[in-house]
Amino acid sequence: MNETSTTPATDAPNSAEDPTAKRGSLATAPSASSGPDRADLRPENINDAVIRLAGNSQDGIQSAGAFLARLAGRSAQEVMTYMTIPATISGGPSIFQVRMGTGEVLSAGDEADFLVAFYQHSYQDHIGFLKDGGVLLYDSDNVTPDLGDKRFVYVGVPITGLTVEALGGTAKDKGKNIFILGLIAKIFHLDVEKLTILIKEKFAGKDVSIANTAIMAFTAGYAYPVGNVLTKQYKFEPHVPKEGERAQITMDGNQALAYGLIAAGVRYGSGYPITPWSSVMEILRSELPKYGGMFVQAEDELGAVSMALGFSFSGYLAVTGSAGPGISLKTEAIGWASMSEIPLIIINVQRGGPSTGLPTNVEQSDLFQAIYGGHGDSPRVVLAAATVEDCFYIAIEAARIARKYSTPVFILSDTSLATRIEAFDEPHLKDLMLDPKPDLSPRTGFKPYAVDQITQHVPPGSPMLDGKYPLVTGLEHDEMGHPTGSPKMHMAMTAKRRNKLRKLAEEIPVPEIYGDAEGDVLLVGWGSTYGPVHDAVKLAREHGEKVGALHLRHVHPFPNGLEKVFARFKRIVVVEMNDQGLYGFGQLATVLRARFCEPKIESTTKTDGLTFRVKEILERVFEGRSFAARKIPREGPAIVHADPSSENVKTLQEVVPQGVG
Amino acid sequence: MSDTLTTTTDAPREKLTKKAITADHPTWCPGCGDFAVLASYYKVLEKRQLDHEKIVTLAGIGCSSRFPYFVNGYGAHFIHGRAVPLASGISLARPDLHVFLFGGDGDGFSIGGNHLNHGARKNVNLVYFIMDNFVYGLTKKQTSPTSPIGFKSKTDPTGAIDQPVNPMKQLISAGASFIARTHATQVNHMIQMIERAMDHQGFSVIECLSECVEFFPGAFDPANPRKGGAFEVIQEKTWDGTPEDELRHDVTDELAAYKLAQLPFPGVFGVFYQNDRPTKNALEKKWIETTREKTGNASDLQLLQKTFDRMK
Repeated sequence: MNETSTTPATDAPNSAEDPTAKRGSLATAPSASSGPDRADLRPENINDAVIRLAGNSQDGIQSAGAFLARLAGRSAQEVMTYMTIPATISGGPSIFQVRMGTGEVLSAGDEADFLVAFYQHSYQDHIGFLKDGGVLLYDSDNVTPDLGDKRFVYVGVPITGLTVEALGGTAKDKGKNIFILGLIAKIFHLDVEKLTILIKEKFAGKDVSIANTAIMAFTAGYAYPVGNVLTKQYKFEPHVPKEGERAQITMDGNQALAYGLIAAGVRYGSGYPITPWSSVMEILRSELPKYGGMFVQAEDELGAVSMALGFSFSGYLAVTGSAGPGISLKTEAIGWASMSEIPLIIINVQRGGPSTGLPTNVEQSDLFQAIYGGHGDSPRVVLAAATVEDCFYIAIEAARIARKYSTPVFILSDTSLATRIEAFDEPHLKDLMLDPKPDLSPRTGFKPYAVDQITQHVPPGSPMLDGKYPLVTGLEHDEMGHPTGSPKMHMAMTAKRRNKLRKLAEEIPVPEIYGDAEGDVLLVGWGSTYGPVHDAVKLAREHGEKVGALHLRHVHPFPNGLEKVFARFKRIVVVEMNDQGLYGFGQLATVLRARFCEPKIESTTKTDGLTFRVKEILERVFEGRSFAARKIPREGPAIVHADPSSENVKTLQEVVPQGVG
Repeated sequence: MSDTLTTTTDAPREKLTKKAITADHPTWCPGCGDFAVLASYYKVLEKRQLDHEKIVTLAGIGCSSRFPYFVNGYGAHFIHGRAVPLASGISLARPDLHVFLFGGDGDGFSIGGNHLNHGARKNVNLVYFIMDNFVYGLTKKQTSPTSPIGFKSKTDPTGAIDQPVNPMKQLISAGASFIARTHATQVNHMIQMIERAMDHQGFSVIECLSECVEFFPGAFDPANPRKGGAFEVIQEKTWDGTPEDELRHDVTDELAAYKLAQLPFPGVFGVFYQNDRPTKNALEKKWIETTREKTGNASDLQLLQKTFDRMK
């Protein structure tokens, strides 16, 4: 340790005016006033940390973040991530936030404990998200922070230069993400062995030099004597396994949807590329052939939904999907599915709308479209996934309902679920997997549209022993599917199509209430607001509020019996990411008010294209109350660090044995 | 999967008769050309004795698209213009079925034009029969994509001004692998074309000039010998090495087909083009088989478990 660097923090020169703060310079940089000795490097136990990586989209911060998330998953820690991607083809500011914890992790965290800034703009845009006492780890080659701001701990590392040095200066700017991963691994005492395996797995099948380069960058980052500049290091409390606990798997919401569909026995589908839905179709296109199925990229959205209906007609429940604009195009055919009662799963990975809107931002403004989109009375089912894990299970639920009620079923997801990575308990696949083959056994006296029954179609290829074959049609029809203009028949068939979904409403359980089962405020959410809403309830209860949360996965039809839940609370606040509309209520709030005629129902909405922060929800629900946020455990005054002296930093050639990897 | 689906009856089948495949009485106007198409379809099904339960009759929207109601067999009456992808889905998932798609010029060339092009390009195995009457009949006389310039309709009271689609040219350039043209008054020719389309593996399209007696009467008289016209049939090469054969049409020759398509109305009839390139059905099947083999024909559970193991 360089004793001369123990200048009191308060006297720290602004490194913007301090050329010596650059890499390789002598350390005039200040450090902790106490002159820490190595004993301080004993890691401090923590159970939760929010790490935000801020850079540009081409820096690979997503993959660095994904390594952290997968490591957390493998270490049986809870993990939640959050990312933003620019709507450009390449480049543009981007973040990846990972929240890891030993306890329950419900949301990605309002504020970061640890901010990694690649560039000056990353620092400027995100320093506001660093909590007081948090650590700013910055690339001192590119970032000059305001060291006068005493709220934070500053750790400058010449990331760009060291990475170039570590990798032999060949790949310009590449590998910084993995170098940082090494640094973070050191600071948080992460399991290096597991991380190395993850890195090797990630690059398995590629040129061996790519994996070697990555390992080299990682080792360089890990070997960097960060202890010289950061006196605190952290260690996650070890996870205590519960009985019957299963291994965790780590994936994003679109993956979970795709694999959920596969588990549910969906073997055919068709789609058209659109952000943020595309990766679902990409996965299904390459995965389904393994299962003997097929996913076809259609010429357009209308072709995609039509082909999916062809698959379903032929006896295989199929999937199509898109984001809002594409769903608009599919709407006519979805009306046909309602009318002809053909089962179909339609995924809408929502983004900001209307029109092209905010293609890479999150919004929940397609609920009305899902419930009501289309002409005529065309009942359908709408489900919404709450978390990444739920994306998996909601796909199974959608397939179950589509088959049982022979109906189109929407699954609403959104940008935040699609792009974030979570770890969750491995599903019991053995109990879940289905592969229903079309039943081609002969029938007799079959009527596809018997008025007093829930329609179940017979796939073509099943002989009709009485020689009478059914038709499937979008015209109003009689029980055999032949057209009719009879007003009586139209009334009967309209009622039949509606009543089967009333039947469904009877079987949907009322969701369990999180928090207080009765009290002052009930927060009602749907979709990806699950995490922040539940975290808000948790925090509010810690502050003595009587609050509960009701989260709806079945948003159309609603389960019966919600009115009993509503009766137990003084206020009901529906939290959703859409506009308050002309009458001051968000989309779910509007439907709930219409359904339950409950004047207590309030609405809080927003359209900034970002997920709700916990604080934001609490400030809206409890105006004027303050809810102190959780702090990273740290003692003493703010500590300012910058580059250590070069005397203390061995050259990378020394630190990283050549030929590593 | 689909190719392992077995049908069900081993009992000797009853003969497929016209009676067995006839359903509702057609709602078409008396004298409509579409009656002849329906009759030809019945005849072909009867002649070829297809398994009744494997016949699938599909349509979009239009006069001619009422077709499935008149056939007793599996079928679907879909939305306007989108029947090609619907039929493609059925054909791709269920190669054991015989997929027949019927429609008109508006359904095929106007609102469904994009799907026609892409169905053709993908070479999905099905038979698509387009009854082209050069006018919108169901909505009572508006200009259609094939209406000739000068045709007076409710939407072009002074005569159509937009250049009509040339169905043959469009289908050739889109990549349809079997393209034929026939005339509703020439039933034997029509039956021949349907049979050849059925026997072809791929996207087989037949354009049939089918008169709308109500809104465009006499439109196709120039190709009807009974009305003083000439029904000129394409002479196909027999590859007999004779000098006459040199002059005959090679159906695999795209440029020659295009030249035939250029001929002034009423043009010629028969097979313009046929190409045995692989169908999407075959290519997808091959991909599935190779992929299945690579997985060691693992069970669904094993496959998904393996994927999840990689995500731990």
